[in-house]
Amino acid sequence: MADVTASDGALRRFLHGLPGVDAVGLQVRAATLGTRSIKTTAKAYAIDLAISMIDLTTLEGADTPGKVRALCAKGAHPDPTDRTVPKVAAICVYGDMVATAKEALASASGSDIHVAAVATAFPSGRAAMPVKLADTRDAVAAGADEIDMVIDRGAFLSGRYLDVFEEIKQVKEACARPDGGAAHLKVIFETGELQTYDNVRRASWLAMLAGADFIKTSTGKVAVNATPPVTLLMLEAVRDFRAATGVQVGVKPAGGIRTSKDAIKYLVMVNETLGEEWLTADWFRFGASSLLNDLLMQRQKLRTGHYSGPDYMTVD
Amino acid sequence: MAPTTPTKPMTFAYAPAPESRSVVDIAPSYGLFINGEFTEAADGKVFKTISPSSEEVLSEVAQATAEDVDRAVKSARKAFESWSALPGSERAKYLFRIARVIQERSRELAVLESLDNGKPIRESRDADLPLVAAHFFYYAGWADKLAHAGYGPDPRPLGVAGQVIPWNFPLLMLAWKIAPALAAGNTVVLKPAETTPLSALFFADICRQAGLPKGVVNIITGDGATGAELVGHPGIDKVAFTGSTEVGKAIARTVAGTSKKVTLELGGKAANIVFDDAPIDQAVEGIVNGIFFNQGHVCCAGSRLLVQESVQDELLDALKRRMRTLRVGDPLDKNTDVGAINSAEQLARIRTLAEAGEAEGAERWAPDCELPGSGFWFAPTLFTGVTQAHRIAREEIFGPVLSVLTFRTPEEAVAKANNTPYGLSAGIWTEKGSRILWMASRLRAGVVWSNTFNKFDPTSPFGGYKESGYGREGGRHGLEAYLDV
Repeated sequence: MADVTASDGALRRFLHGLPGVDAVGLQVRAATLGTRSIKTTAKAYAIDLAISMIDLTTLEGADTPGKVRALCAKGAHPDPTDRTVPKVAAICVYGDMVATAKEALASASGSDIHVAAVATAFPSGRAAMPVKLADTRDAVAAGADEIDMVIDRGAFLSGRYLDVFEEIKQVKEACARPDGGAAHLKVIFETGELQTYDNVRRASWLAMLAGADFIKTSTGKVAVNATPPVTLLMLEAVRDFRAATGVQVGVKPAGGIRTSKDAIKYLVMVNETLGEEWLTADWFRFGASSLLNDLLMQRQKLRTGHYSGPDYMTVD
Repeated sequence: MAPTTPTKPMTFAYAPAPESRSVVDIAPSYGLFINGEFTEAADGKVFKTISPSSEEVLSEVAQATAEDVDRAVKSARKAFESWSALPGSERAKYLFRIARVIQERSRELAVLESLDNGKPIRESRDADLPLVAAHFFYYAGWADKLAHAGYGPDPRPLGVAGQVIPWNFPLLMLAWKIAPALAAGNTVVLKPAETTPLSALFFADICRQAGLPKGVVNIITGDGATGAELVGHPGIDKVAFTGSTEVGKAIARTVAGTSKKVTLELGGKAANIVFDDAPIDQAVEGIVNGIFFNQGHVCCAGSRLLVQESVQDELLDALKRRMRTLRVGDPLDKNTDVGAINSAEQLARIRTLAEAGEAEGAERWAPDCELPGSGFWFAPTLFTGVTQAHRIAREEIFGPVLSVLTFRTPEEAVAKANNTPYGLSAGIWTEKGSRILWMASRLRAGVVWSNTFNKFDPTSPFGGYKESGYGREGGRHGLEAYLDV
């Protein structure tokens, strides 16, 4: 599909030629999938799967090494009273906390947990390209396994698709490590700012064409973050992209997913849109923080038949 | 990517999630609801009603005779005097009360409907029952505003309405018939379908619970002979029927030459038309909803898919992929998408037509799906290579069977869509607004949906062209059928 990115005009024609999205129909489908009733064994399976897919996140100005270490310990052993609980998939932090997170995970016997760093002037993406690339290289050099970049929404909304394409490509190159490997690249659209579903479909294809390993809804920093319809649309996009190119891309909804019930609805969407090939942490992630405790609480309820109080869940 | 989960997870299989049957208490037998009381049939005859998903006998109901029909009509006639004399605002109170009781008992009624009809609980719970209550609320609002409905300053009711309803949406079709009739000041004798009498009998109980005066609503159960007695009875002023075109024609002949007013809502063979610029994923959902909703037991079902040749392959691939995820099985499981066929008789008809499709050269496809051992089941089925000459493109199958035809230009789409004796509904899928309007003004169908399908609302009139019937139900238009205008 190289020819569709050969020029600004070609890329625009391609993106605008993608099938439109009927907003009402998309929302109805997402809502209908939300009525699935996941009980007993299916619920237990879904809860553990959801835990294993969490990118446990702290992205605050107030983050300290202490806070990050606490999060890493929690990610490695989410429930100190129950060692059968799976580990989370990754710890997601700002770039300057990557080294701290790597160390903390290693000492918590969680070195198989990835460290993901947000980069490219997260969350706004408003910085010069060299700054964004330096931000990325910094995090990779510190040992980040995954880079969560934001796209330049201003460029996208003003129709400069090729600029966004080049930006993603360059960040992808900056993800390379000297040993020949590369950090995995998640591309954040900030769908709450792109607003329309047509834009989300175009951004998905644009990012995938540029080499995204994952496409991600949101930073968690704006009013509207991940929603079921937006995520469903992105699941359809990765399905169609694989059918067209053979390349499989992951999806990460982030922001606002706080309850087990919500998380299970997302897993149902993955299951019925993409099937089990995407039902692993390699291809689907939740960007979340408070979700983990709710999953742990529901897991306990399922195993013991009763709820314990919030004092029995560790605070982050 | 380096795996972060060491083992391949098992498939995400949904555990059974059955809705509890204990919320509904079905009596071993039911009589006829006449003049506010349940009574036995004159000759004491009964028939069984079964659950189509298991063939389990749910209850026995009375088989009404001519004598019983006469008793019911007389009871309705007597009640008409005082009911029609009530101020509209008083009638409205009863209708609002009925609507609220339906909402309060909606879980019980949804389970009952799924048991007796075979439809998935997800649909009876999320579609049928909310629409039933909405219909009563809507017409309750009209009862004291008839002077503003556009039928003169003081439109009068007709009298006694004889109403015969089908088995596909038992309680919803009851609501479509009874709510406007009562709002306009008529009294009714209603006969539910032979295979799905229970929700109407539960509605009789709701009428008592709401304190509705005796005789305003009478429910008589029975087979086609009972229905014929009712529509032929000289004491009724109005016939309202929803069902097959064949029976509808017989009813039209029966009432010809009498003063009875008639509305008929009959069969359909709707075209769901997909253009090459359609929102594909949503069009696929619309096609699935159009033909597999309620097992395709829908008179306005989108049973003919007309797809533009340039997107045929892409669309059919997507449709088949989606059909593979349909969950067929226990209607009471909350995750079931497609339930049981309503009766052995209907199943035989669907099979006959599907076999005719194959014999006439269309290509049959269905996803792998395990069907339960007992009860009446038919897998969601697709026929490609169908032409206008095939029986499956012309006859109403009334089951989960979709016939796929193609077209090249909008003119051809209109010509093929209209090339049917029916004209109940149609669907258009395109992102181009001007094309929607161009098509909608040329399609001869009572309802035209654009970028959606099978959407119902009490404020919107519903009815057919040609052999799909006459008269409208729903909306302001639905009042006309029950007023002397």
